[in-house]
Amino acid sequence: MTAVRSRWTGPAAVALAIVAFGYLVSRQDWWAAALAWMFPGQPDTIYPSASVALLVMQHLEIVGVSSAFTLMLGLPLGIWVTRGSGRDFRDVVAATVDFGQSFPPVAVLALTLTIFGFGPWPPILALTIYGLLPVVSNTVAGIEAVPPAVLDAARGMGMDRWRVLFEVELPLAARVIMAGVRTSVIIIIGTATVAAITGFGGLGAPIFAGINVQNYAFVLEGAAAAAMLAVLADVALAQVERLVTPAGAGTG
Amino acid sequence: MITLEHVSKHYGETVAVDDLSLEVAQGEVCVLIGPSGCGKTTTLRMINRLIEPTSGRILVDGHDVTSVSPEQLRRGLGYAIQSVGLFPHVTVAGNIMTVPRLLGWDRPHMQARVQELLALVGLDPAEYSDKYPRQLSGGEAQRVGVARALAADPPVLLMDEPFGAVDPLTRERLQAEFARIQKELRKSVIFVTHDVDEAIRLADRIALMRDGHLQQYDTPEALLDHPATKFVHDFMGADRALKRLGRVRVSDVMRNEVPTMQDGSGAETMAQRASCAESRFVYIVDAGGRLEGWFDCVAFREGRVARDAITSVDWREAAVRPDTSLKEALSRMLGQGFRSIAVVDGDGRLLGDVALAGIEETMTAGDAYITHAGGEPEVDV
Repeated sequence: MTAVRSRWTGPAAVALAIVAFGYLVSRQDWWAAALAWMFPGQPDTIYPSASVALLVMQHLEIVGVSSAFTLMLGLPLGIWVTRGSGRDFRDVVAATVDFGQSFPPVAVLALTLTIFGFGPWPPILALTIYGLLPVVSNTVAGIEAVPPAVLDAARGMGMDRWRVLFEVELPLAARVIMAGVRTSVIIIIGTATVAAITGFGGLGAPIFAGINVQNYAFVLEGAAAAAMLAVLADVALAQVERLVTPAGAGTG
Repeated sequence: MITLEHVSKHYGETVAVDDLSLEVAQGEVCVLIGPSGCGKTTTLRMINRLIEPTSGRILVDGHDVTSVSPEQLRRGLGYAIQSVGLFPHVTVAGNIMTVPRLLGWDRPHMQARVQELLALVGLDPAEYSDKYPRQLSGGEAQRVGVARALAADPPVLLMDEPFGAVDPLTRERLQAEFARIQKELRKSVIFVTHDVDEAIRLADRIALMRDGHLQQYDTPEALLDHPATKFVHDFMGADRALKRLGRVRVSDVMRNEVPTMQDGSGAETMAQRASCAESRFVYIVDAGGRLEGWFDCVAFREGRVARDAITSVDWREAAVRPDTSLKEALSRMLGQGFRSIAVVDGDGRLLGDVALAGIEETMTAGDAYITHAGGEPEVDV
């Protein structure tokens, strides 16, 4: 009984939270009422150009695409620098990825805007670069934490390198890698508000508009929704993290 | 059969193994031993090509190991290592099935094999199959490691200090079981250790290495009695007579006919009878022949009441098994302060005893008593 509870309560709670958030976002009238109540003197309290639901959708779109790129780029990169062929590049890759994160996304946006012009690509590129570090470093850390004896036994019993990777290294590193993905997605959700500069929309749009016209109700609207999204993503990915952790690898 | 022909391994200027030639006969245990850095592990790892030799040839059953892919080769050579290296995310059964799965066995076949192997290494299949490695003790993990190495029934077993990471008592037990399993399965084994006692106990032949060179390759008796170099002499140690006892099993010198009586109640009549004439101690057994204690005739004669001349014991503590080494038996005797020790089977049934006098005789009489870990008695020349 307890086993069933501990296994399903987490995912169930998260599913419930997602549904609740979806509903909350769809109730434009609730947002309007809440913001009007919090900013009594303000004539316009809710961002007029797009509904909260639309802004969240735009935000999720850019976050989803950027996160997918981060994963598609970061995971192979992290794996490659732990292989024989890529080990020499380990430090170079680590430094580059480090640099990517320490480089302000706004600067990346400004640079990419001059190359790609307005549109979805500058923010996606900026966010992808920005989110790489946790994925790459955790992939490397997770794989390097696999005990050498386990690898020696795996090879010594006749596993080829792909089996060693997919049946031993990745399952054992899964939890750490997933923790990196989780961090990366959270960072991207927060940073994606900056993407509004390029006119792509998302939850950054009301924030920038609010700052421009000094309407802090708009700012709060975007910031609150983005914060909720980040928390939700965090708990949801925590569940994924649990799911990808093989039974015996545990938290021990 | 494993043959190494002029095998060398160089790492730049460093020579790890230098022109090593060695032959391990079918069904024999060859122990590679030497101080750390002598090249013993390198030698082992060259056999399954985890390390490629710089020069020379290695043959397993007449086939050059480079004639197949390393993966193919390794699936045919059992491999057990000191830190075990069980896959933490896979159950005991899954771990054991590793090589059979690589070889494409079907599931029922693999499951049957898991049961068989767990039983062979002394673990209850029902209890252990679904456990994860972190739920095992060190000794249990080593057993699973050995079972995993044996899974696909490879003719050759490569073991790199497989009992190195466990406590001495567990090691002693694992060694005894390895000897038993080896007697049954007759694998060709290459066994790396730095423990001279372990080598003497388990080896058919010992290859003693130093700085990449083979110092001597012969039976443990030959290394003890006729060391080829001063290094061999020193490495085997000064207590060679004692070490030899590690080669002899209790069953080789034990006295099978020992005076016994059932429960202590008949002690007085027993004491009058012949039993006390031939031996100071009369063993007390239950109806099933299980050792319960002994009766001390001398103490009785010196005027104690019969009850006080009886010592009750737990057979698990106070007796040895037939496959215990004489060295261990002697140490137990000295530890308990007795001049003899009872021998029981796995259920505690009394089989006989071993006396200090018998051990002394073995130490002086030499090789006629020596039985190799492998089984056949062998006489040294």
